[in-house]
Amino acid sequence: MIYNMEFETLSREALEATQLRRLQATINRVYATVPFYRKKLGEAGVSPADIKTLKDLQRLPFTTKKDLRDNYPFGMFAVPMDNVVRIHASSGTTGKPTVVGYTARDIDTWAELMARALVAGGASRGDIIHNAYGYGLFTGGLGIHYGAERLGASVIPISGGNTKRQILIMKDFGPTILTCTPSYALHLAEAAAEIGVGFEGMKFKSGIFGAEPWSENMRDEIERKLHLNAIDIYGLSEVMGPGVSVECLEAKSGLHIFEDHFIPEVINPQTGEVLPYGETGELVFTSITKEAFPIIRYRTRDVTSLNPDPCVCGRTHMRMNRVTGRTDDMLIIRGVNVFPSQIESVLMEMRWVEPHYQLVVDRADNLDTLTVMVEVGEQTFSDEVRKLQDLEKKISKNIKEYLGVSAKVKLVEPKSIPRSEGKAQRVIDNRKF
Amino acid sequence: MRVEQISVFLENKAGRLSEVTGILAEAGINIRALSLADTSDFGILRLIVNDNAKAVEVLKQHGFTVGKTDVVAVEVDDRPGGLHRILQILYRANVNVEYMYAFVQQSGNNAVIIFRFDSLDEAVKVLAENGVKVIAGEQLYAM
Repeated sequence: MIYNMEFETLSREALEATQLRRLQATINRVYATVPFYRKKLGEAGVSPADIKTLKDLQRLPFTTKKDLRDNYPFGMFAVPMDNVVRIHASSGTTGKPTVVGYTARDIDTWAELMARALVAGGASRGDIIHNAYGYGLFTGGLGIHYGAERLGASVIPISGGNTKRQILIMKDFGPTILTCTPSYALHLAEAAAEIGVGFEGMKFKSGIFGAEPWSENMRDEIERKLHLNAIDIYGLSEVMGPGVSVECLEAKSGLHIFEDHFIPEVINPQTGEVLPYGETGELVFTSITKEAFPIIRYRTRDVTSLNPDPCVCGRTHMRMNRVTGRTDDMLIIRGVNVFPSQIESVLMEMRWVEPHYQLVVDRADNLDTLTVMVEVGEQTFSDEVRKLQDLEKKISKNIKEYLGVSAKVKLVEPKSIPRSEGKAQRVIDNRKF
Repeated sequence: MRVEQISVFLENKAGRLSEVTGILAEAGINIRALSLADTSDFGILRLIVNDNAKAVEVLKQHGFTVGKTDVVAVEVDDRPGGLHRILQILYRANVNVEYMYAFVQQSGNNAVIIFRFDSLDEAVKVLAENGVKVIAGEQLYAM
């Protein structure tokens, strides 16, 4: 199903005409109202009048997370505070948080895009949506919430945490759509099993999962354990929040980017050069309808590629492939680039291994060492030492084969790897540089 | 003639074993025999208890990974060469012993050894053919 038939199925020609018109208006506005952008454009020797085609976007400088921090908290806003009706902020794990603002019209746009995303994932008016994304400064909870209300679905604003209570509510209220992070979805399945509740008896049709990278294998596991269609959704507060792109239920193969509101590019993270479709690099977004917090060529640090091929669902919007990692999550171990998600793929390809794992990187005598901790589950446990040691060796061999890096594999007890109710902590880097 | 054994995965960390014995004690479960196999990183605790179902349930509740395996309890003459005779029978029949450990209680004047075989049915057959007594599960749990 398609929520906005007119805009989600625009011909490429009409879509690009819309994009150019909106891009020009955005550049004019940020040049006039945001000192940061006026200065950056000036330094690059570009004026708003130079943007004559979509390709001219490439002449504009990038915006980075550091730029947002330097203008903390409201320096990037393009409207007076009188017109800002909502403020969100991303977690500041590496310093100050990133602050974003929304006008009433921005909230309206966001609700529309989230309604589109929910419909793409299989939701419709009559559904009950169990929304376990956190409510608060994080955009996940409220983003989904407004989209659900726009669609006319019934939303349970359960937010994160208190897992046992969530399971009781699921049992009693019979929600049909689940929205949360993929790791929390698996956590829910485990917690339900512990109290003897099975998901096969629930009414879920789809789950719309995002806010952290996950894999195809994790999708299989979620679908098997939760008995629903697992759909990938993508967004980040700097660009809007959830609902920047989403998979369609029909194809489950790449996430349609709402191109009438955002222009995507993929660049080489080292050189900044724009890469052709299909090549993997860092995802860059320009917003073209936002009022309070427009963003120009924002470097997301997410690693993916773009796919312009037509889709069976009928949407004409380009797809981005599943995000496979973060340019800043990338570990360089003895000169080899390693993304935690690659380790996950190795483990999950081995089927019989539980996907709960953690990477520990140390440096001993100037040599990097990688230890991969993997939780032993019932399917992988054996009463024979030799079989468990063979399992460790096999994982280690496969990591070496796929990633080209040697790792020591250590089996650990279930639940011994800390998992927050939101994002799992996958990497501990003990190296001092 | 099988005996059910439960096994528990343990990390090589202080206090893990006593956590298991504490959980079993609290549930009123009696440990009839045990063996601990360990490596530098992890250990496998193998147990024969008087109530398997309950032991598995309480250990899982506490988040342990628990497995179940069928083993064989064999009566061994308590004199020099008693165990050797049995191992010879198995060797001649080409049955491999994965591991073994002793049961605490005696059966009359005989010792009891717990065996894990690669081919359990074959092992039980050759032992019977050679007049070696194998003890049934219910009898063993109650000993």
